[in-house]
Amino acid sequence: MTYLAKPKFHHPALPKNELGYTHRDYEGTVSTLCAGCGHDSITAAIIQACFELSIEPHRVAKISGIGCSSKTPTYFLGNSHGFNSVHGRMPSVLTGANLANRDLIYLGVSGDGDSASIGLGQFAHCLRRGVNMVYIVENNGVYGLTKGQFSATADRGSKSKRGMMNTDNSIDLVAMALQLGASFVARSFSGDKHQLVPVIKAAIAHKGAAFIDVISPCVAFNNHAGSTKSFDFVREHNEAVNRLDFMPSRMPIEVKYEPGTVEVVEQHDGSRLALRKLAADYDVHDRTAALGFLQHHAAKGQIVTGLLYVEKEAEDLHAHLRTVKAPLNTLGEKDLCPGQSALDKINASLR
Amino acid sequence: MPTATPISRVNDFVVRFANVNGSGSASANEMFARSILRMGIPCAPRNIFPSNIQGLPTWYEVRVSEDGHLGARGGTDLMVAMNPQTFDKDIAGIEPGGYLLYDSTKPLPPSKFRDDITVIGVPLTAICNREYTDPRQRQLFKNIIYVGVLTALIEMDVKAVEQLIGEQYKGKDKLIEPNIKALHIGRDYATLNLNCPIGLRLRKSDKVGDRIFVEGNAAAALGAVYGGATVCAWYPITPSSSLADAFTRHCARLRVDPETKQAKYAIIQAEDELASIGMVIGAAWNGARAFTATSGPGISLMQEFIGLAYFAEIPAVIFDVQRAGPSTGMPTRTQQCDIISCAYASHGDTKHVLLFPEDPAEAFDMGAQAFDLADRLQTPIFVMLDLDIGMNHRLCRPFKWDDAKVYDRGKVMTAAELEAGKDFGRYLDVDGDGIPYRTYPGTHPTKGSFFTRGTSRDRYARYTEEGGPYVDNMQRLIRKFDTAKDLVPRPLIANASKPTKYGVIYFGSTSPAMDEAIAMIEARGHALDRMRVRAFPFHSSVNSFVADHDFVFVVEQNRDAQLRSLIVNEVGIDPVRLVPILHYDGTPITARFIAKAIGDHLDALKVTPLKVVS
Repeated sequence: MTYLAKPKFHHPALPKNELGYTHRDYEGTVSTLCAGCGHDSITAAIIQACFELSIEPHRVAKISGIGCSSKTPTYFLGNSHGFNSVHGRMPSVLTGANLANRDLIYLGVSGDGDSASIGLGQFAHCLRRGVNMVYIVENNGVYGLTKGQFSATADRGSKSKRGMMNTDNSIDLVAMALQLGASFVARSFSGDKHQLVPVIKAAIAHKGAAFIDVISPCVAFNNHAGSTKSFDFVREHNEAVNRLDFMPSRMPIEVKYEPGTVEVVEQHDGSRLALRKLAADYDVHDRTAALGFLQHHAAKGQIVTGLLYVEKEAEDLHAHLRTVKAPLNTLGEKDLCPGQSALDKINASLR
Repeated sequence: MPTATPISRVNDFVVRFANVNGSGSASANEMFARSILRMGIPCAPRNIFPSNIQGLPTWYEVRVSEDGHLGARGGTDLMVAMNPQTFDKDIAGIEPGGYLLYDSTKPLPPSKFRDDITVIGVPLTAICNREYTDPRQRQLFKNIIYVGVLTALIEMDVKAVEQLIGEQYKGKDKLIEPNIKALHIGRDYATLNLNCPIGLRLRKSDKVGDRIFVEGNAAAALGAVYGGATVCAWYPITPSSSLADAFTRHCARLRVDPETKQAKYAIIQAEDELASIGMVIGAAWNGARAFTATSGPGISLMQEFIGLAYFAEIPAVIFDVQRAGPSTGMPTRTQQCDIISCAYASHGDTKHVLLFPEDPAEAFDMGAQAFDLADRLQTPIFVMLDLDIGMNHRLCRPFKWDDAKVYDRGKVMTAAELEAGKDFGRYLDVDGDGIPYRTYPGTHPTKGSFFTRGTSRDRYARYTEEGGPYVDNMQRLIRKFDTAKDLVPRPLIANASKPTKYGVIYFGSTSPAMDEAIAMIEARGHALDRMRVRAFPFHSSVNSFVADHDFVFVVEQNRDAQLRSLIVNEVGIDPVRLVPILHYDGTPITARFIAKAIGDHLDALKVTPLKVVS
């Protein structure tokens, strides 16, 4: 049951981060997903990323839609406020929350049904608005909670567990995110925590709309031969474009980079991403080339993973709206209510 | 000479302009109405317009009433017929003895007119063609020229019009002179060629007082500014778009930091109504005051989210500017037809708080109050405007604000309280009023966090599908709704001058027509106690008002007697005692309609004794 609390007992030797928290302080309740579910690995990666970044758990707001993936926010950051909203509408709830308080970290968790089917519209619009957030899609190509129907990210020609062939074209959320103007776009694999953890850390540090598509095999309904989202298929067809190292701004800049194979990307908050390039000609700042690269490899049946695009001077929605620095939810009467004297003038202008 | 005696009245008549939309008539017509107000005479204008940008018929009706009747009256005393497309129908709508002003450039056969009205022809097109060469100017100035003609015909204060032209084009000064010239071209033509004045005349008065002239949508938006709204998410839909537009305008003036030029507000034009309400709920969950403005179709789209806000107990303010439904219905016509769909919005057992402003002044008050109520009750609050209030300028009392007022942010547990060890259960009814405490995200490192969800949960926000905690929670929500009854604006009662067995309940934009109808009904020898309902859930006085009368008429602007259904359902009244009076053709309800419907009913009830028993 999701309300089962994990025991609070901590091993005294557990490593602590700068805030004195262990990774246990970033956990939530016990997962109720199927054993071996890719989503649980993503949960673990989120916990690891937040622990390593020494984020205060209560400064994160975790917001989700409906579905297996959307249940996961209960399994991490137990001291954060969470909001399990309605199906496909996480982006609007997150956008509103972000407008109210620009100082929190917003973690949106969604699935392929939630984002690519019922919520495709909201997925698109929150990215084009540049909401400062980390938007993670736990993508398994299947509806788990309703027992195995294809989702819109299922590849054409892939087979369901019951032997049905998917004849519809698939939606590539990464390609869409690139086209829609997301300022940080990555794809990863739940089974590859060495890639996923730094990607999540970098996305959290990014100020703007960060989108991560995480292929996350469904052990119950989409991990069989004929599925293109199974562990085996993804491992065999994974074409990693780069490996990421993430260095927070407070780390001394003395990492040695190998020329030609490593690119250093500095983000707004001073943090640095070191990209160990696997594809030598890959330019992480070229949106158009990223789309081409993606489609070129997709045609060959390869799943490109890694950080695919990051905008150097990303701006977020608050910058577009020119909102005050103080969170809107902290403003009181003095800031918000113009009072009777202003009203007298308005009344006079209406006579 | 017309066969009916020409109407002769001072400061009490209806002028109707028939135009083509997109022809620039709106500003000239509005200037006409404002000039009358500047003469100290109350008047109420109404736009009757199509869901279209250019080329379709549009009307502007100005009811002049020194007695202050601001409801639609019905009928036209002076028709300014500028649209050949609707000419025949427009003429048919003139009261016997009324007047017609038309463009006589092209001769029309006598069959186009009526013999019981006074026909006044002015060759407006010919005059414009003579005076102007630019086709756009010919069209625009034609409107000002007919206003000039009217100043002479009904003895309008030409100085007031000139002054308004000066005010309207302030900053675009080179437009002032040509407009004043056009005004005088019309006025001079009329003075020289027509019998001025006609039987309808204006005389300076002092009945406007300190009242203001404003649209309900602009007033409601100003209420949102004063009420502390910082987040507005909306999707364009007639007739509510001008509310969000007005909020944008007000904020640009009143909510920008003078030094940094930064905004103390955020406005998002969302991709649809689902996203609008989602953003409102997200923002309010996170402690900001947030609202959306929409109309019936938007309410339909928002249903799922409204249920979430009800069940998860998140404040939200929704301005519903109602228009004629169902479906797309008549998008530019007025109705009060979303009462049921808002009161019980969403699947499952839900009930919502509705506020019913009668005019812009109350739209301002309730527009601000809605945010206090939403925070206090942690639930969606609907402000039920309609097109008649929202999109028409209405004369109303000036806006007032108590500078000592402090926002009621409701029950929000602070970091200090959590730190002090105060027990926090998100859905725990600590005070017995059904309202639990909430915390804003990010309040405390280890205490007070909880998971918000649309699924069932226990008092400490822990997921559960057990029947007991579910029922416990649903019962508390009812307790909370009962608490709301004493927090929302109370009904206003006006008793008849003598004791009566009959009463009437009405609400919202019906108000001015009802006030006027009462006098007409009394003139027919009937007395009627009045109750104006201002909110749902109903205060206990609604129950006693119905109980105190044999019959109560419920006047509303929809087909299905929606408020009546709500009263029957929620107050437990025998439906037979509530007589529906329904007006729903899309035009604003009139005093004439109400007086006739209720008067006829009461006449039928009048029992003349066959024999007086001593």
